[in-house]
Amino acid sequence: MNYETVIGLEVHVQIKTRSKMFCGCATEFGAAPNTRVCPVCLGYPGVLPVLNEEAIRKTILAGLMLGCTIARCSKWDRKNYFYPDMPKNYQISQYDLPLCTGGAVGSIRLTRIHLEEDVAKSFHFATTSGVDFNRAGTPLMEIVSEPEIRSPEAAFAYLTALKEILVAGGISDCDMEKGQLRCDANISVRPVGQTKFGPKVELKNLNTISGVRRALAYEAQRQMTALQKGEQIAQETRRWDDDAGKTVVMRTKEYAHDYRYFPEPDLMPVVISDAWLAEIRRDLKELPEARRRRFVAHYGLPEYDAGVLVANAAVADFFEKAAGQNPKAVANWIMSVSDITATPIQPAHLAELVAAIEAGRISSKQGKDVWAEMLATGQPPGAIIQKKGLAQVSDTGALEAFCDQAIAAHPKSVADYRAGNTAAINFLKGQVMKLSKGKANPQLVGEILARKLLGGES
Amino acid sequence: MDLAHVAHLARLHLTDAEMAQFAAQLKDILGYVAKLNELDVTGVEPTAHATPLTNVLRADEVRPSLPTAVVMQNAPAQDRDLFLVPKIVE
Amino acid sequence: MSLSALTIHETRDRLRRGDITARQVTQAVLDRIAAVDGKVQAYLWLNPDDALRQAAAADVTKPLGGIPVALKDVINVTGQPCTCASKILQGYIAPYDAFVVRQLKAAGAVLLGRTNMDEFAMGSSTENSSWGTTRNPWDLARIPGGSSGGSAAAVAADEAIAALGSDTGGSIRQPAALCGCVGFKPTYGRVSRYGLVAFASSLDQIGPLTKDVRDCAMLLNVLAGHDALDSTSVPRPVPDYTAALGQDVKGLRIGLPKEYFIPGLDQEVEATVRAAVRQLESLGAEVVEISLPHSEYAVAVYYLIATAEASANLARFDGVRYGLRVAGDDVNDLYGNTRGAGFGPEVKRRIILGTYALSAGYYDAYYLRAQKVRTLIRQDFATAFQKCDVIVTPTTPEVAFKAGEKSADPLKMYLSDIFTISVNLAGICGISVPCGFVRKLPVGLQIIGPAFGEESVLRVAHAYEQATAWHKERPAL
Repeated sequence: MNYETVIGLEVHVQIKTRSKMFCGCATEFGAAPNTRVCPVCLGYPGVLPVLNEEAIRKTILAGLMLGCTIARCSKWDRKNYFYPDMPKNYQISQYDLPLCTGGAVGSIRLTRIHLEEDVAKSFHFATTSGVDFNRAGTPLMEIVSEPEIRSPEAAFAYLTALKEILVAGGISDCDMEKGQLRCDANISVRPVGQTKFGPKVELKNLNTISGVRRALAYEAQRQMTALQKGEQIAQETRRWDDDAGKTVVMRTKEYAHDYRYFPEPDLMPVVISDAWLAEIRRDLKELPEARRRRFVAHYGLPEYDAGVLVANAAVADFFEKAAGQNPKAVANWIMSVSDITATPIQPAHLAELVAAIEAGRISSKQGKDVWAEMLATGQPPGAIIQKKGLAQVSDTGALEAFCDQAIAAHPKSVADYRAGNTAAINFLKGQVMKLSKGKANPQLVGEILARKLLGGES
Repeated sequence: MDLAHVAHLARLHLTDAEMAQFAAQLKDILGYVAKLNELDVTGVEPTAHATPLTNVLRADEVRPSLPTAVVMQNAPAQDRDLFLVPKIVE
Repeated sequence: MSLSALTIHETRDRLRRGDITARQVTQAVLDRIAAVDGKVQAYLWLNPDDALRQAAAADVTKPLGGIPVALKDVINVTGQPCTCASKILQGYIAPYDAFVVRQLKAAGAVLLGRTNMDEFAMGSSTENSSWGTTRNPWDLARIPGGSSGGSAAAVAADEAIAALGSDTGGSIRQPAALCGCVGFKPTYGRVSRYGLVAFASSLDQIGPLTKDVRDCAMLLNVLAGHDALDSTSVPRPVPDYTAALGQDVKGLRIGLPKEYFIPGLDQEVEATVRAAVRQLESLGAEVVEISLPHSEYAVAVYYLIATAEASANLARFDGVRYGLRVAGDDVNDLYGNTRGAGFGPEVKRRIILGTYALSAGYYDAYYLRAQKVRTLIRQDFATAFQKCDVIVTPTTPEVAFKAGEKSADPLKMYLSDIFTISVNLAGICGISVPCGFVRKLPVGLQIIGPAFGEESVLRVAHAYEQATAWHKERPAL
């Protein structure tokens, strides 16, 4: 009997905003416990939520990047359940009118994307647990896929692609270690050809993308083995233990699923006009894959370089502004630092630097010094070159004079060169560089010396 | 109404006396509210909100949080600035 | 006469003339409280030193400068408790001010103290308080109404110059009627709910309880306004509500809904209210008979929607972050024990009812159906207001009942809100003003206006009040 695996993924993504979903507390990660909290996100008596516009904008942007249909009218609902990480013991979420429906990641279709608030973080001790509400109220996007993923590898690819898109779009940093991207999976198996779904198992505690793959591989096998033995698969929630490499039944949460959704009376619906949508579309980032291909085709960059540049949308933008006549050179400079947008260098300055080297105004060695100065001060290369008096001497008259001087001073080298020791020209070149205090254009010097030496001029 | 079930959904521990008393009283009340079934509500939209506002949004700006000392003052049980509860078993 | 018997406007006039000082006024009110609150039990919390300090620092040029105002114990004031008359909030000290508190402070008011109420605003008699019941100053064997019973009793007994209450199904207007003072529920969204401990989010409003209509308008001026922290707060400018006073009512159309003059209404109360209507006619108003056909369903609708919203609003009281904690073996035990011990029976009943109305399989039949009937009730008012400018009704079906008389029968208690509840469901505004006495107990006249029709309501209320002397009556305490 051949079985096929049916997987659906529910991904929660923390949206990159400065403040929380319903209050002005900062969303920064790693702050000391309960230092980024206020009456609203602590669920104090008498408080009320107010929607964060940027969280909505970024959710719509994500929806556009993923080809979703954006709702004309979207509303908020209370999802009611009790848990210590829930300040109000209801979560404000979206039930029947989410911001986005449909869409796809690659070939896997999405069901919906909605916006909600994140819960607090708990730490477990011997007999107690401690709750830190800093995370509570962080804007959270829930992305639900259709159950169309057919293998653990496909799940891995889905998550990798999704993460790449969201990072490139500036929507989230998707760092799983910081809890910015969390994934739950639903998996069932069925005999190939059967259309009815088998009982589905929900998997939790999937902490890395490769962990997701491992867990799904294990669980698929567990289910298939059970079916082959004639056993029933229980519809349940199982916890993945990455160390032990297996899934374990979680304590069943009694009555866990009567969320008693009802429309949130404290929040008004969001109506998304064509004008607003058009405004958001202007920020639409080309998807990384497409941009990578374009960088290769249009700028003639190697695949590797293109890949590095598109990994960060801001860096890719910087590159496009600086590209100019020599995109490969520009790319090299950009890749020589970890994040060009974190430096004081402007795209126009980098373009200027590359052009100056290209035109022979300065040597590539000098270029490195100028670059260092640009990194340190943010000054344009022209000013630095000026200040340091680095402009290469390319005035042939002056160079001719220096060459004549060097030739006159070192007859032995001249004789060696003419005798066939071509390397002797380097010594003479060095002398010219000294005479010009390092500013002579080395290429030109080489040409002039060669001409003079070969021409038999003395 | 399965009173025990609903009480559990609401995390209310009721005494036996309360269970008995409430069961009777709630039966009366539910009997009373059943009068709403007399009405034909076909085509009637539920009242979603009391006021017809939309797009009530705020700018993504950081505001000062509460000092942790103030937060912890109200905490019934705490340790090193964490709110303590009996151990949560997954 | 003690300064505590003054109204806001009288106090303000004398403060500005320099006849009296703010400290004297607050002292007089504190003396009055000391003298009578043992019997009335309106107050839950008082800090006399703090009140006097505020009074001493008061700026009488401000709109409410030096005026001592009591707050229902459901409104957050930084550094003060806010128990909502519940054990579950024992120990909680508010770390922030409600919007209305900021407004009062900016207007120079003296925050006098915190008044008793039905627990979490659930009740019509203040008998559901965990801290004991408040008495009606007109007859100490009777209840003052609820849930803002403490605020109404305080105003009626001159234990405050004015007070704030909250109204979800009549909780300002009904106690005002039973205690013989003025009580106003603003249009939903007119006054910010930020800092008001929520009972039913789509119905709650904070409002004034005062000795006369002018005071009510003055207090409304300070409370009303848009608040960025309340998404349901309407961004509509606040007019000067006192400008609505002193206008005649000639030609104004007063609607009398036939569904409100029914067998359950005490005959003497009906007679008193009809006399008040005749008074308005003699002032030039025109009476029109109207119909609010879905009135009989209002109580049922209310007890599904309000309890559903409340069941979620009260879920946060779990012993984790503030308030009472009763230990448990595990988290669910902690919740169950804390909430079992912390909530009174009426609160528990309503939480259960509300949870049930939202639960799987019952949502459509209860909550959803109730929201649809609510739409019908709103439409009733919209239709009626095409034929009249304001609607006039009795505020309550009967005068103050004896303590203990209805507390055994929740449903009976719910029906005492029958005339006030629709106003909350429709989100419109309404006032109760004294209009007479039956068997020596106050009777209230309710004047209802359309959404943001506060000015019409105040205009009619003031005209009626000035043509009568009910507002000058005081209980013999």
